[in-house]
Amino acid sequence: MLDLVLTQTLNGLASASSLFLVACGLSIIFGVTRIVNFAHGSLYMLGGYLAFTLVTWLGPADPLGFWGGVVLAVLLTGLAGVLIEVLILRRIYQAPELFQLLATFGVVLMLQDIALATWGPEDKLGPRAPGFRSFVILFDNRFPSYELFLIAVGPVVLGLIWLLFHRTRWGVLIRAATQDREMVSALGVNQRLLFTSVFAFGAALAGLGGALQLPREAINLHMDLSMIAEAFVVVVVGGLGSVTGAYLAAVLIGVLHAFGILILPKITLVLVFLVMAAVLIVRPHGLLGKASVEPRGHAGQLFLLRPADRAAKLFGAVALGLLALAPLVVPDHVILTLTDLVIFAVFAASLHLLMGPGGITSFGHAAYFGLGAYGAALAVKWLGSPMEEALMLAPLMAGIAGAIFGWFCVRLSGVYLAMLTLAFAQIAWATAFQWVDLTGGDNGILGVWPSAWAVPKTVFYYLALAIAVLVIVALRVIIFAPFGYALRAGRDSPLRAEAIGLDVGRLQWAAFTIAAVAAGIAGGLFAFSKGSVFPTYMAIPRSVDALLMVLLGGVQTVAGPVVGAFAYMGLNEQLAKMTAYWRFGLGLSIVLLVVLFPRGLVGTWLYWRARRESAAQATAVA
Amino acid sequence: MTALLELSGVEAWYGRAKILHGVGFSVGHGEVVALMGRNGAGKSTTMKTVMGLVPEPQGSIRFEGKEIAGREPFQIARLGIGYVPEDRRVFSELTVMDNLEVGRQPPRDSAPHWTPERLFDLFPNLGRMRDRPGGAMSGGEQQMLTIARTLMGNPRLLLLDEPSEGLAPVIIEAMAETIRVLKGEGLSVLLSEQNLHFAGSIADRAVIIEKGLIRFDDTMAALKADEAARSQYLAV
Repeated sequence: MLDLVLTQTLNGLASASSLFLVACGLSIIFGVTRIVNFAHGSLYMLGGYLAFTLVTWLGPADPLGFWGGVVLAVLLTGLAGVLIEVLILRRIYQAPELFQLLATFGVVLMLQDIALATWGPEDKLGPRAPGFRSFVILFDNRFPSYELFLIAVGPVVLGLIWLLFHRTRWGVLIRAATQDREMVSALGVNQRLLFTSVFAFGAALAGLGGALQLPREAINLHMDLSMIAEAFVVVVVGGLGSVTGAYLAAVLIGVLHAFGILILPKITLVLVFLVMAAVLIVRPHGLLGKASVEPRGHAGQLFLLRPADRAAKLFGAVALGLLALAPLVVPDHVILTLTDLVIFAVFAASLHLLMGPGGITSFGHAAYFGLGAYGAALAVKWLGSPMEEALMLAPLMAGIAGAIFGWFCVRLSGVYLAMLTLAFAQIAWATAFQWVDLTGGDNGILGVWPSAWAVPKTVFYYLALAIAVLVIVALRVIIFAPFGYALRAGRDSPLRAEAIGLDVGRLQWAAFTIAAVAAGIAGGLFAFSKGSVFPTYMAIPRSVDALLMVLLGGVQTVAGPVVGAFAYMGLNEQLAKMTAYWRFGLGLSIVLLVVLFPRGLVGTWLYWRARRESAAQATAVA
Repeated sequence: MTALLELSGVEAWYGRAKILHGVGFSVGHGEVVALMGRNGAGKSTTMKTVMGLVPEPQGSIRFEGKEIAGREPFQIARLGIGYVPEDRRVFSELTVMDNLEVGRQPPRDSAPHWTPERLFDLFPNLGRMRDRPGGAMSGGEQQMLTIARTLMGNPRLLLLDEPSEGLAPVIIEAMAETIRVLKGEGLSVLLSEQNLHFAGSIADRAVIIEKGLIRFDDTMAALKADEAARSQYLAV
């Protein structure tokens, strides 16, 4: 027993090192640039692939070939980081943080297709590291010496970073900029150079993490998102901006994983979640984090959320009329598409409640959509529920999850909160993926069909449309009810809102739950529309879909997300039809959209209109 | 001879709110100018605009004859303008020595050259707490540290935003003495102040700003003699 504990501890420590390298790069980059680099997992993946190619090319058996390849891979990943920073991020440092996150997610999509095109879909098995091929006998157990080497890498890198940060001018500037970058620039430091170098450094660390995995496990195309989700957990647990915190958290999570696989193989990630929850209850900003993350403006904050004017209402009525009449003229497959679009409009509107009036950025809203879908599917499969009952259970399941996750999330704010929502969504996804007995795992749950009366496509379409209209109208009522105004007060100034007696945390918690319920309704409908559910319903890309729908339409209006849902899903479908590398196309579109319109489409328009108006006023006064 | 710093028709916005409506005044070589006015009159915004910290300003800001409006803060700092913000903004996690390191720039011919040792002569307190983190210092000590940190950039012109704010009378007196020493070294100083007594004891000239416009621009002696201007623009 004792030696088992020991080997698992060593296993955990070994896997903690790569996790630490990625998380600490992420944390350092965030500290200085205030950008959460979603593409950090992709850089880790890139490091792995580059190391594979370079090591194979330079000769894997030769120590110089192997380690030279690793070093080159690290440098090239750093260079990739420079390219990303110079070409994309540099242009959007002034943009709202959400847009920055989206731009880096665009990079994730692009790198995925670049990796697919370059290295193909097969897993790449690397060679073993020269000099570390043997085993070490520890307490009568054979333990791979490479694992021991990995265990040492973590603390060594931690020590080197400490020296770098405390003994060099560059490090001092980094620490200063982490606290107050504007002041650093007012003291004559070129921020651009600093940001680029920090990004290169963080990218190189991620690349090292990936390259060192080569002798340990196969390099594949899924490394990026699974790593980024774990790195977010590590950063949230360790405390944003704290390198030592990242190490502690990586060790904690790594060891937890190792033991979790032993004890509760099916729900390892739930264990991780419980630990994360425990840490956040005691220390809302992580083990070694500080609360001093400066508040940042939201995309729509400058502009009031106003009820639609008459023209907009008329337009909405006409659009609804057209949707209602559509089945009379369009063919069946278009009705299916329209059903999906209507469902996604509900999904987008539910997220809008959080992002617009709530000022809460959720990067894991797909969790509630997916839980709604699974709620319905599980009810059908295990309880034998008919559609009507299952559609009631869907929002219930999503709502309960929303209330639980939301309770933790509203204790944080800004990027921190966004990361936590993403981590929760990953946990929901992993549960669906890993708990095969209940959910069917990757194969999903099939045969989720509507009741007989709703089987015809047109009937189901009308059902979806009716429910969608009800939900969206209800959300609108909520937004313009006193509750909605209180929510906005809490968004714009939490302190003042509290001072006039509003319990901001509670309001946000309620909003979180309501949004989850609405997303769950969308998810339930989606399950019956498709007749099946899969874990991908809750995966990160789906959460990003929702964000893009809302942002495309604009957070400034209630109708925005609905319009955005139609525009975005339409675009998505066209791209998927046109090219096998649709991810690259989508990623590029996202990046271009953010770079060209850093305030969002609607936001850019409102900004220029406001600027013009105030200029006109100034001339009038003069 | 042209002025060291010359503003004309400077307009600036915070978001949609227009704060400066056409500010114009100048600071001569070796001169100490007090920018005075009530809370919200635009003193700090003027300072920040000169430093490039307010986005998209309009009008002209010339330093040593060169147009600097629209340049980035680090470029403006490197030309020789040192900025000491109102809220001090010391790097609380960094030690005194590291705070000074952040401000360090290469020496320039036209301005006094500062080293940590020279600064510790000027601020003996700081020399006794070289390894103390900025966050563990008193308000007065932090104010000294921000000035020292800015001097490490060897500026020709020092922008001091409300240097006396929130400090004890003894410290204010020390601050006044420091500014006199700096003037003696050949530095020009633009300081924003509400405290007429403090400003009167060190400034050569007074410029009064109200609602984003300059209302008074004359010698300190003239302001002291002009009771009407004082009560109209400065009295609370």
